[in-house]
Amino acid sequence: MDFSEKQPIYLQIIDFFCSRILEKKWTPDDRIPSVREIAVKMEVNPNTAMRAFHYLQEKEILFNQRGIGYFVSENAYQKVLELKRTEFISEKLPVFFRDMNLLGISFDELKILYDKYGSQSTGG
Amino acid sequence: MVSIHNLSFAFKKNQLLFDNLNLELQTGFIYGLFGLNGAGKTTLLNHISGMLFPKTGSCKISGKSSRKRYPETLSDLFVLPEQFDLPSVTAESYVNIHTPFYPGFNVDYMHQALREFLVEPDKNLNELSYGQRKKFLIAFSLATNASLLLMDEPTNGLDIPSKSQFRKIMAATDHSERCVVISTHQVRDLETMIDHLTVLNDGNIIFHEGIESIAEKLSFEKIADDDNRFVLYSEEIFGGKSAILPKKPGSKETQIDLELLFNGIIHKGDVIHQQFREEVV
Repeated sequence: MDFSEKQPIYLQIIDFFCSRILEKKWTPDDRIPSVREIAVKMEVNPNTAMRAFHYLQEKEILFNQRGIGYFVSENAYQKVLELKRTEFISEKLPVFFRDMNLLGISFDELKILYDKYGSQSTGG
Repeated sequence: MVSIHNLSFAFKKNQLLFDNLNLELQTGFIYGLFGLNGAGKTTLLNHISGMLFPKTGSCKISGKSSRKRYPETLSDLFVLPEQFDLPSVTAESYVNIHTPFYPGFNVDYMHQALREFLVEPDKNLNELSYGQRKKFLIAFSLATNASLLLMDEPTNGLDIPSKSQFRKIMAATDHSERCVVISTHQVRDLETMIDHLTVLNDGNIIFHEGIESIAEKLSFEKIADDDNRFVLYSEEIFGGKSAILPKKPGSKETQIDLELLFNGIIHKGDVIHQQFREEVV
């Protein structure tokens, strides 16, 4: 049973930006889409999109150049990595561990699966 | 922008539809006006626009009484009605005839919106389908640049792609100098667009809160049947409950389920309302 909650839209936007940065599709000094472009794409109120930009600006992942737009900060990758690692450990892992227990998957079994995944995703 | 004070109104004697209703609407917000069938959403919009007069109390737009229908009020106000008639002219000439009434009218925007909506400007309006005519009027309403925009069920009659086009157009339009009131039953069509939830029930506004403050005060969760936390309102769903809980300070925000919240406000209005009144202890 999945009791995980649907994310608020502004957090979905934040997640999207963070994955772009982690995947290195967006690199420092890249100009990213505008608040308006994101609002239109997501079909949301621009104020909602704005919240995501503000949050990432506060975390110094994005910076704003007045009249020009938003850009990726110098240390964005490092900052996103820290943010996402903390989130993964505090939010995703407990659910994962709970499911492991429920399904009786041992650490050894997990290790085998993980190694298999590693060889597929890097070797393939 | 809009200020309604102790408004009472009745269509029939001794049967008050509005009983001392108060409401303040501000520039820069998109208000979602929700209510059950017959709650009086359209009647309330008609009071704001000055098409109906209050029995007692007042309704003002920027300090001026709506019932006076001053030209400066009307040229800065647009009503998109649910039911409408359009004359037998092309979109193009409709625009030419009506733009003088709206000093801020933006013709370029109008054309752009019609293109987005896939409405042909040289066709006779009466040859268009209901949905196409509605989209024409939506485009017109936004192009007027009126400071107050009242939309009654704007997505009714729109097909699935058109609903998405409507949201895109709304998202692309700058509403910072505008107050938009959208009355609707179609919660899902607009839940991502509104930034304020206003609920009309039993002759009064029973809920009037910003989306951000809702997200700060309430948590929308799917919970198990044996979850014994204090629940404000819940509905049975497969395998558990869809519930509204008081949000713990510092906990992660959840996506607002407007449909659930609306039902909660109708059935357990007092309990939910209290979350917004009482200081967090």
